[in-house]
Amino acid sequence: MVRSSRRRVAIAYLTAAPFVLFAVFPFIWMLVASLKQDVELYDLAQNPFLVRAGITWEHYHFLFTHTAFPLWLRNSTVVAATTTAVSVLLAVLAAYALARLRFPLAEATTTFVFIVYLVPTTLLFLPLARLMAVFHLSNTLWSLIVTYPAFMVPFATWMLTAYFTTIPRDVEESALVDGCTRAGALRHVVLPLARPGIITAALFGFTLAYSEFIYSLTFISTTDLKTVTTGVVVDLIRGDFFYWGSLMGGALVASLPVVVLFSLFLDHYVAGLTAGAVRG
Amino acid sequence: MISREEILHQRTTAYGVRLRPETVTAWSFLLPTLLLLLVLAVYPLGYAFFLSMTDAQVSGPAHFVGLQNFVRLLRTAIFTLTLSNTIGYTLGAVAAKLVLGLVLALVLAQRAPGMRWIRGAVLIPWVVPTSLAMLAWTWMFDSTYSVINWVLMHLGAIAEPIAWLGTPRLARLAVVLVNVWSGLPFFGINFLAGLVTIPQELYEAGTVDGAGPIVRFRHITLPLLRPVLATVLLFSVVMTSSDFATVFVLTKGGPQNTTQILATLAYKLGLATGDLGNAAAISLYLFPILAISTYVQVRLMRRVWQW
Repeated sequence: MVRSSRRRVAIAYLTAAPFVLFAVFPFIWMLVASLKQDVELYDLAQNPFLVRAGITWEHYHFLFTHTAFPLWLRNSTVVAATTTAVSVLLAVLAAYALARLRFPLAEATTTFVFIVYLVPTTLLFLPLARLMAVFHLSNTLWSLIVTYPAFMVPFATWMLTAYFTTIPRDVEESALVDGCTRAGALRHVVLPLARPGIITAALFGFTLAYSEFIYSLTFISTTDLKTVTTGVVVDLIRGDFFYWGSLMGGALVASLPVVVLFSLFLDHYVAGLTAGAVRG
Repeated sequence: MISREEILHQRTTAYGVRLRPETVTAWSFLLPTLLLLLVLAVYPLGYAFFLSMTDAQVSGPAHFVGLQNFVRLLRTAIFTLTLSNTIGYTLGAVAAKLVLGLVLALVLAQRAPGMRWIRGAVLIPWVVPTSLAMLAWTWMFDSTYSVINWVLMHLGAIAEPIAWLGTPRLARLAVVLVNVWSGLPFFGINFLAGLVTIPQELYEAGTVDGAGPIVRFRHITLPLLRPVLATVLLFSVVMTSSDFATVFVLTKGGPQNTTQILATLAYKLGLATGDLGNAAAISLYLFPILAISTYVQVRLMRRVWQW
């Protein structure tokens, strides 16, 4: 039945096309705007879908030489990488305890972590801003490194707890019988088996930290210390004039790190997203 | 079975209570996480409640005022507008994501070569930082250079360019549309994951009994998808009602506060004017939604555990 299966494939593509177009069009549009020369970009008589005057790199050149954009990229990467490492470490320990060890209040603790995971950052940014001021961390990257794990750890713990419960107990118990401590069994037996889950948790952690907006916006005011999300959105817009070419180029380049990770680890992201993701 | 640590800790007692070694290990593994969450989540939340009951400004002493802020806000026009905007924004966006998410899941469940990459492409709005993607939408909705206007004008649908973000009704539509854009992948992929767990035999049995595709969807797909639907829905209600970046970048709450939502108003009051007491009270109006959603989710989770 070659014909009917071909028809089915055609229907699949046709029905998927509007969703794909809706999802990726803004990025195509960013790319187009970032490569067009200003004269054409702001010429209303032109067809906006065409690039007639030739492409230009001037918007990217401006971005990398006349703005703090490279610094923002560096800040974001440093903060996201550090907080991911710390959060995954804490979450592995916590998740192991919740998934494997029997102790009083285990269920209550699991519920507590889950509840914290649901508290949105928009409820916490004001009191945290004051807390950061008290600890003299305002306007430093430390304010972000300290606060991001508070939303990353509950999520990673939640994800890893679910993952650890899928690992059979036998291997670990024979290690314990052989004289391994709990910490030893976790390190040498459970961790190697849990690698896919840990990679997923780390990828999600990094993506969340890299995308974070309201804490960075609230805690950091110096241009050079901003992360890429707030830097591009707040500092590239000067007065009423929008440098649309550079703005679109900046948004696009800033999105690249997570998009590259995403395309390399697509299946991990899908697995993590269905394990209960953080944004919806 | 007695492990080495069990022997080592056999006589561990604290205040006359014998602690099992496993308990000691568990709490030592949990301690860093619990400390972190207590200091950076529980304490700030408590502090937000405290601030909301004071007249605190950025500097100067704070006086306890009880529930005055909450009560006075309800008599303030800008706040009641913001509250109803938030409800409308949440209901509109969640409903649209629910319906479109189901359609998307059914679309993605089809078999075709390259479907994995189609799923990947559809997920991109979820992966990319919302605030950055919002810049592209701001450009697409620009009053002068909007590509949407260009297309509509060339299709003959409109005669004049539309000020999408400058017209109250359209600005509201725009922020909902963009929230749907960034939230839809989460719905679609989760529904898809639920969809593939439904046994194929049920559909075959349905077909044998003469059920058409619509009947099969209503009586097989929807009921079996209910647990996933409930989780995703509750989750999204919390995340959508507490959204910040979408509105902050796209409209800053304008025009004339018609797209102002709780988080953006709290930010504006707390940081621009330094009125921390009222700002905290505004953001805490999100708390009932959070509490109800959390309560229901925890109950749903318990049921899964027992099962």
